[in-house]
Amino acid sequence: MTQQNRLTSGGRIDRSTPLTFTYNGKQYKGFKGDTLASAMLANGIDVVARSFKYSRPRGIVACGAEEPNAVLQLGATEATQVPNVRATQQELFDGLVSASTNGWPSVDTDVMGMIGKMGGNMMPPGFYYKTFMFPESLWDTYESMIRKAAGIGRAPKEKDPDTYDAINQHCDVMIVGAGPAGLAAALTAARGGARVIIADEQNEFGGSLLNSTEQLDGKPATEWVRAVVEELSTYDDVLLLPRSTVNGYHDHNFLTIHERRTDHLADIAPVNTVRQRMHRVRAKWVVLATGAHERPLVYANNDVPGCMITGAVSAYINRYGVVPGNELVVMTTNDYGYQAALDWADAGRKVVAIVDTREAAVGDRTEAARQRGLNIISGSAVIEVQGTKRVTGVSVAGLSASGAKVIGSVTKLKADTVATSGGWSPVIHLSCHTGSRPVWSDSVVGFLPGPTVQKQLTAGGINGQYETAVALQEGLDAGQKALAEVGLAVADVVLPEAKTLKVAAPMSLFHIPHLKPTSQAPKQFVDYQTDVTAAGIEIACREGFEAIEHVKRYTAMGFGTDQGKLGNINGMAVAAKALNKTIPETGTTVFRPNYTPIAFGAIIGRNAGALFEPERYTAMHKWHVEQGAMFEDVGQWKRPWYYPQKGESMQQSLNRECMAVRNAVGILDASTLGKIDVQGKDAREFLGRVYSNAWAKLAIGKCRYGLMCGEDGMVFDDGVTACLGENHFVMTTTTGGAAHVYEWLEIYHQTEWPELEVYFNTVTDHWSTATITGPNSRKLLEELTDFDVSNDNFRYMDWKQITVAGVPARVFRISFTGELSFEINVQANYGMAVWEKLIEAGAKYGLTPYGTETMHVLRAEKGFIIAGQDTDGSVHPYDLGMGWCVSNQKPFSYIGKRGMNRSDCTRANRKQLVGLKTKDPKQVIPEGSAAVLDPNGPKPLEIQGHISSSYWSETLGHSIAMGFIKGGLDKMGETVYYPLGDGTVIEAEICSPIFFDPKGERQNV
Amino acid sequence: MLHIYCPHCGEYREEEEFHCAGQAHIARPLEPEACSDQEWGEYLFFRKNPRGLHHELWVHAAGCRKFFNMTRDTQSYEIKEVYKIGEQPSVVAE
Amino acid sequence: MSDLNNMTAAESAATKAAVMNQVPGPEIEGQSPLHHADLASLAKQGPKTSGVHLRELKLLGHLTLRCNPANADQLAAVERVLGVALPLQPLTSSENGNYSIRWMSPDEWLILVPGLETFDIETKFRDEMPGHYSLVNSSGGSTVLELSGENVVELLKKATPIDLHAKSFPVGKVVSTLLAKSTATIRRTGDQRFELVIRRSFSDYIWLWIQDASLEFGLVVEA
Repeated sequence: MTQQNRLTSGGRIDRSTPLTFTYNGKQYKGFKGDTLASAMLANGIDVVARSFKYSRPRGIVACGAEEPNAVLQLGATEATQVPNVRATQQELFDGLVSASTNGWPSVDTDVMGMIGKMGGNMMPPGFYYKTFMFPESLWDTYESMIRKAAGIGRAPKEKDPDTYDAINQHCDVMIVGAGPAGLAAALTAARGGARVIIADEQNEFGGSLLNSTEQLDGKPATEWVRAVVEELSTYDDVLLLPRSTVNGYHDHNFLTIHERRTDHLADIAPVNTVRQRMHRVRAKWVVLATGAHERPLVYANNDVPGCMITGAVSAYINRYGVVPGNELVVMTTNDYGYQAALDWADAGRKVVAIVDTREAAVGDRTEAARQRGLNIISGSAVIEVQGTKRVTGVSVAGLSASGAKVIGSVTKLKADTVATSGGWSPVIHLSCHTGSRPVWSDSVVGFLPGPTVQKQLTAGGINGQYETAVALQEGLDAGQKALAEVGLAVADVVLPEAKTLKVAAPMSLFHIPHLKPTSQAPKQFVDYQTDVTAAGIEIACREGFEAIEHVKRYTAMGFGTDQGKLGNINGMAVAAKALNKTIPETGTTVFRPNYTPIAFGAIIGRNAGALFEPERYTAMHKWHVEQGAMFEDVGQWKRPWYYPQKGESMQQSLNRECMAVRNAVGILDASTLGKIDVQGKDAREFLGRVYSNAWAKLAIGKCRYGLMCGEDGMVFDDGVTACLGENHFVMTTTTGGAAHVYEWLEIYHQTEWPELEVYFNTVTDHWSTATITGPNSRKLLEELTDFDVSNDNFRYMDWKQITVAGVPARVFRISFTGELSFEINVQANYGMAVWEKLIEAGAKYGLTPYGTETMHVLRAEKGFIIAGQDTDGSVHPYDLGMGWCVSNQKPFSYIGKRGMNRSDCTRANRKQLVGLKTKDPKQVIPEGSAAVLDPNGPKPLEIQGHISSSYWSETLGHSIAMGFIKGGLDKMGETVYYPLGDGTVIEAEICSPIFFDPKGERQNV
Repeated sequence: MLHIYCPHCGEYREEEEFHCAGQAHIARPLEPEACSDQEWGEYLFFRKNPRGLHHELWVHAAGCRKFFNMTRDTQSYEIKEVYKIGEQPSVVAE
Repeated sequence: MSDLNNMTAAESAATKAAVMNQVPGPEIEGQSPLHHADLASLAKQGPKTSGVHLRELKLLGHLTLRCNPANADQLAAVERVLGVALPLQPLTSSENGNYSIRWMSPDEWLILVPGLETFDIETKFRDEMPGHYSLVNSSGGSTVLELSGENVVELLKKATPIDLHAKSFPVGKVVSTLLAKSTATIRRTGDQRFELVIRRSFSDYIWLWIQDASLEFGLVVEA
């Protein structure tokens, strides 16, 4: 293919480096320095999309982030598919593969186009809302059709091979945008010694200067840009971020920047490089130098390929050496629109006419056009475009002075390109992100950044200042102001000289009238991407939607991936006119992050795959892995769940592990239990205040179980605390509750009882805990210690400081299984050494490693609760049948005491924890099942409670369950029923939750 | 994301290092048993939800683990001041 | 083993707090939190030059001291035991030979000492410190990673929201903060050198994270 629209010279492309790319399966050539869009235009590709609703052919309109149509699918392989790429922002690389995303079977021969014509009538504004009012079944029919027609790209089906990450940045001054204003601000701040970050979404700095033939100091402006960038890169404290979009501006000057580091190089990032990086910036001051977006005018058939904005036409010519057509008609409401015609003429192609909606505007640009002999038609407008896949001509007619009506006769002109300018809209998106409401300016004919609480400055186009000289000065001023604010001296900067052109006043006009009323005229598009027309907005207003936010939602205006960057202001103007209000009275919609679409990868960063969430390991983790343990997630901990042997089902493993503990000895890695060291003379008093039971008399060398309640009286954690010394305790918590309990202790100490002399320290990770439990546990321990561990010398609920397997240990004789148990705590650096010795010595005693699931079964056989499973924040100790664990003798009103004595906590018929024994011993009631008294009673059945823990007990040969029943503690022996989802009903008898060894003899031997 | 000055560390840190622990200056009644159910309920459950200045309790969870108070505008998210436990705010809602 | 190690609970309680030599004899090798990663072998096999260097300073004694910075007697006692004063300025550290002290909180310091001296120092503290304080041996619960190299700042910036610029993070400064999805106490020991105290249970995650995030710079593991 030849690049028929490419100029032979000029632009910032490298003609010596041709690149090949593919669009919709066809190969084309472009040059290094091209964007995908400029290369497509160079090759004369007119149609890049079919529209969302009406399936109309669409072409490239703009040249930057505001492009609504050229939104393509990229990727040479399935894994590298990227949707929603704006061709105007994608740099060309060799081998780039792109495709249009809508249009079926293709954008050029589109079947949906036909249906779209009907669809146009089928889908008025509010279509989705109206459709939802029909029976739901109908929606499926519409949906499949709409999806097929409208898909704006698709996600890859394979894993993304690239790496993404995030980096935290800090600076004195963050400058957003590297056009003349941004560069002047950066240069000033950098020379003043500030820490500066300057980011721009384009591949090179320069902003609007890259798109023009403007001169600074009598030389091309890009020379000045080059010199500034060169100087900036010499400062250690200046970070230059090209290809980086500041996508979000958040509270307290926190900004997120999406940097595309390799998207311009290849389909897949080079080895060991990061494809995209999210910079998370905290800036002392922010300078927004984001420029402005040109507004197209709204006129009939303004979506036909070949309809563009004037700035884009200039940019393609000056920056990329591409003239996107042969015969140009410009329609403008302002002087800037003339520039496209001048550039077009300079490129040697035909300017058919400049249609100025104003009467007799005189500025330097208009005069330049006049002197060039260009055909200027004043007081007129292009009211309609002819053509389908490309503009073939335009209809021009005179306008009334206000622009509200067509007057005079219609002239038809032949043209293939229509460039319009309705003025410029300052890019205020970022200033809106922080909650600042924009303010309308009649002189700018656009919204300006509103008042803000952020330390924010603005310069250049965002202020409605479009002359380079003014932008430079505002940039410098912002730089100096920022320096002063961060306490640095004024910098010495001399700005280059820019020619200031005289500009005639712009006309405030958005919607070009037609001969016919809007509702009957050919479609006049406001938002290309969502196919919202001026007529559609008028209908919305007529149907009673008056607030602009409602109009937006009803019509879907601004809901595309471009967030209505081109169309929103025009839409507001159309709505304002329809409602007979001014634009500021109509209000504006507020922009939200992100400024442009962003890859999920860049949001996720490195937190994917193995790094998605930290996995916490105990000192014995490697051993568990080698034994083939299955793991359970408990918080972030990986705990062995059970240890399957070859050919075993899970239930078989559990049965084997349970029986080993009951008949021989088992070993559990209990290191994950939270452990908090408590020291100080008031440690004991503090324990008495945070636990429901008494601690005053716990002797040194003894352990005690405690329940921790909230001020509402509800149990939230439990565990054993040992008295290590007169002023020294170690508290254990549940694995998942450790962090919360620690914060709980600290908040009470720091905010309520700072007078108590006590310190808390987390020692969870410091100790490794191997629990050996079962009738043979003493024999095993005896082998590994010289200490006398007989029942006389080492009593139940004692702890001893002894040496186990050569390692100093604190051994707690406590039991969560009901069996004789020893919890061996050693410094974690020696945990594996002791564990391995236990395993080695234990073989002859039938030592069996068991996991959390077996632990759960064993404790349930004993009726021991698990906080978080058998409690849910709504049960107090008495509900659990654990009144024995509440002391009402304590002088201090401990946390939970008042709460559990509220009238609601002491009323009859509260749900209470009981045991449940199924009539059929083989049936295991599913956890969560609801209890009823009569499954055949009138519906709705009254729920009596639910099952919190339920297992098969191999020890007992029947199922066991714990659950809540209203007034259950007084209903022993009564029958309840558990209706299941499959229609069956399980019958169970209320019993004591202690199923095994009710007298607790086994742990006392 | 808020930028919070920790009065204990003496420097600004990112919000992700902190936890908000709810409304500040909720004192535990000195004699809980003397409270009626309603009074205890007020202490337990009832909190302000102002549009504007709000006094909050925060903890520098990933830092020094100390609690402190913050006066924050819930509308603009401006932090008016931070002050230590036991101190009173100098900026208060009218 | 010393007598203290074998004393009964009641005897140890005579000191009001239980103190215990937790380190066994030399015949039993301690396993640091990154033992399973076998850094020693990686140090032999891996590259020798790269942008980031990593070394585990393993099996040190970690003692957490909590006391009152306004209590002059306690401050004097610390100086007697360690030969160096507690750093009272927030976010600072002090050191004396093999001993280093990190400010953790207005009433909390982390003291790092050679592993085999831990019990000795603990005992000295128990003898010397007056008043209300707590001293906790946390040696098994954490380890120290030394990260250095020309890209070390960039690597850490990916993990922590702390400003690491020399102007706001000079040598000697200490912060406790986030490290990726975990936490760390970071101390700068040189222009391009940092020590990270990390928790045992998170150490594998952090090790994985460092390997992944340093791919673009290269990682040298030092023994």
